[in-house]
Amino acid sequence: MTLAGFLLLLTGWGIALAALPLLGPGMIRTCFLLAGAAIEILGLSLIIRSQPRRLVGKE
Amino acid sequence: MTSVPPSGFPATTVVLCLFFIALVPLASIGLSVVNAGLGRSHSAAHAMLSALCVFSVAVGVYFICGFAWQGYIGMPAHTISVAGKSWNWIGAAPFFLRRIEFDGSPASLAVWLQMLSVALAASIPLGAGVERWRLPACCASTALLAGWTYPLFAHWVWGGGWLAQLGTNYGLGHGFVDAGGASCIQVVGGLTALAMAWILGPRRGKYGPDGMPAAIPGHSGVLILWGCSLAYVGWLGLNSAGAILFAGIEPGRAVLVSINTTLAAGSAGLAAALVTRLRFGRPDVSITANAWVGGLVASSAACAFVSPAGAVIIGLFAGALVTFSVEWFELHFGVDDPGGAISVHGVAGIWGLLALGLLGHFSGPVFNLPGTASSHSSDSGQWLAQLMGVVTLLGFVLPLTYGLNLLLNLVCRHRVAPEGERQGLDLYELGAGAYPEFVTHTEEFTQR
Repeated sequence: MTLAGFLLLLTGWGIALAALPLLGPGMIRTCFLLAGAAIEILGLSLIIRSQPRRLVGKE
Repeated sequence: MTSVPPSGFPATTVVLCLFFIALVPLASIGLSVVNAGLGRSHSAAHAMLSALCVFSVAVGVYFICGFAWQGYIGMPAHTISVAGKSWNWIGAAPFFLRRIEFDGSPASLAVWLQMLSVALAASIPLGAGVERWRLPACCASTALLAGWTYPLFAHWVWGGGWLAQLGTNYGLGHGFVDAGGASCIQVVGGLTALAMAWILGPRRGKYGPDGMPAAIPGHSGVLILWGCSLAYVGWLGLNSAGAILFAGIEPGRAVLVSINTTLAAGSAGLAAALVTRLRFGRPDVSITANAWVGGLVASSAACAFVSPAGAVIIGLFAGALVTFSVEWFELHFGVDDPGGAISVHGVAGIWGLLALGLLGHFSGPVFNLPGTASSHSSDSGQWLAQLMGVVTLLGFVLPLTYGLNLLLNLVCRHRVAPEGERQGLDLYELGAGAYPEFVTHTEEFTQR
């Protein structure tokens, strides 16, 4: 889950990055940038959900 | 606002920059004092010593290779060509600050400011690792931050890199703009703090069997608030010097920068005091202090490009955001961040970057590229450039810093042994407590 979350982070960045040279200025490029951000939020939530609440120190 | 050629500043500007930069260490000192106050007394000396060691390692590594990879506007850099556009991705200056003329040139002033900025960025993750991060591991992690993560991203923003080029290459406003270091310093530090909180795990006894967090209050509200005051003075210098050196504002506009920084911090602190008063019946010292620093952080990006009213809006929102973010990370996300570093520097920093895109207005071109100034001087698309910067921070910097620190954990364990956490890091790693004359009063001394 954690690995998948980080892969989603990288994917979101890659989509936003690729939109710059591949798409001209306009609504489509804006949509791709926003989609990249949305995928990153998805990845972040996946990482957060995958973190175990370790009960460190319960003796 | 006018552009400033990289060849030289008038003598008065050099003196002014030197004065502003000399204030910046107060920001690091302030954060260290806040972190020490937010931890328990058995690890207070360790927190302060860690800050000192981290500062030393950061400036040392940055001297060796950090600045070479970061560079400055107009200095040598590696570029790649993508679809006919040049993407400047990393600096190519010599190591050990060779070929820098220390004569008051913008590049030499940038070296001095950046050396202190990278130390400030490196001190941020300490807040998330309070009471459980081993000193050698702190130092090793700092070397990675100061030697690679920070210079790489700072080059993209402040060294004429591809984020700064978004305006000229792709028509996105003036490119990614960050006058005072909300991205390079604060968010990079805040995301590293998040990575460390994940890797270290929570403190012993923080979460119960039901998953609910226990309150572990800091040991000194006075230290926390004193640290905030120091940080405020440091931020005045950081934002002003950054705006002159990395956004090319006229030195006289440092007045606006200082006013905006002050208003953002004040309104953030007030917002947090009000929110905690409404929610819990009384203002919370640690959250209000964190929100004050959060206001400073949020002000950094836009300090030179918003009106004072805009700074108040940025501060108010940052204060409320930090208040809720601290709770969300602790209660819902299971992240133990005693110093609030993730919320204060990461979340508030991201808000500050986006706020520049929403509220910023530019009275001319921004000096963030080689030559005189960004040739594209339209404000349209600025919010997209800011969004691209935030997407890069989350999608590239966070995985990078997490991966590097995870690898480091294999060779140099980050977390202290359970015995060390029981004793406190002062005794376990340093052999002496911060307050050897403190006496713990047990029940027989308390009035009934």
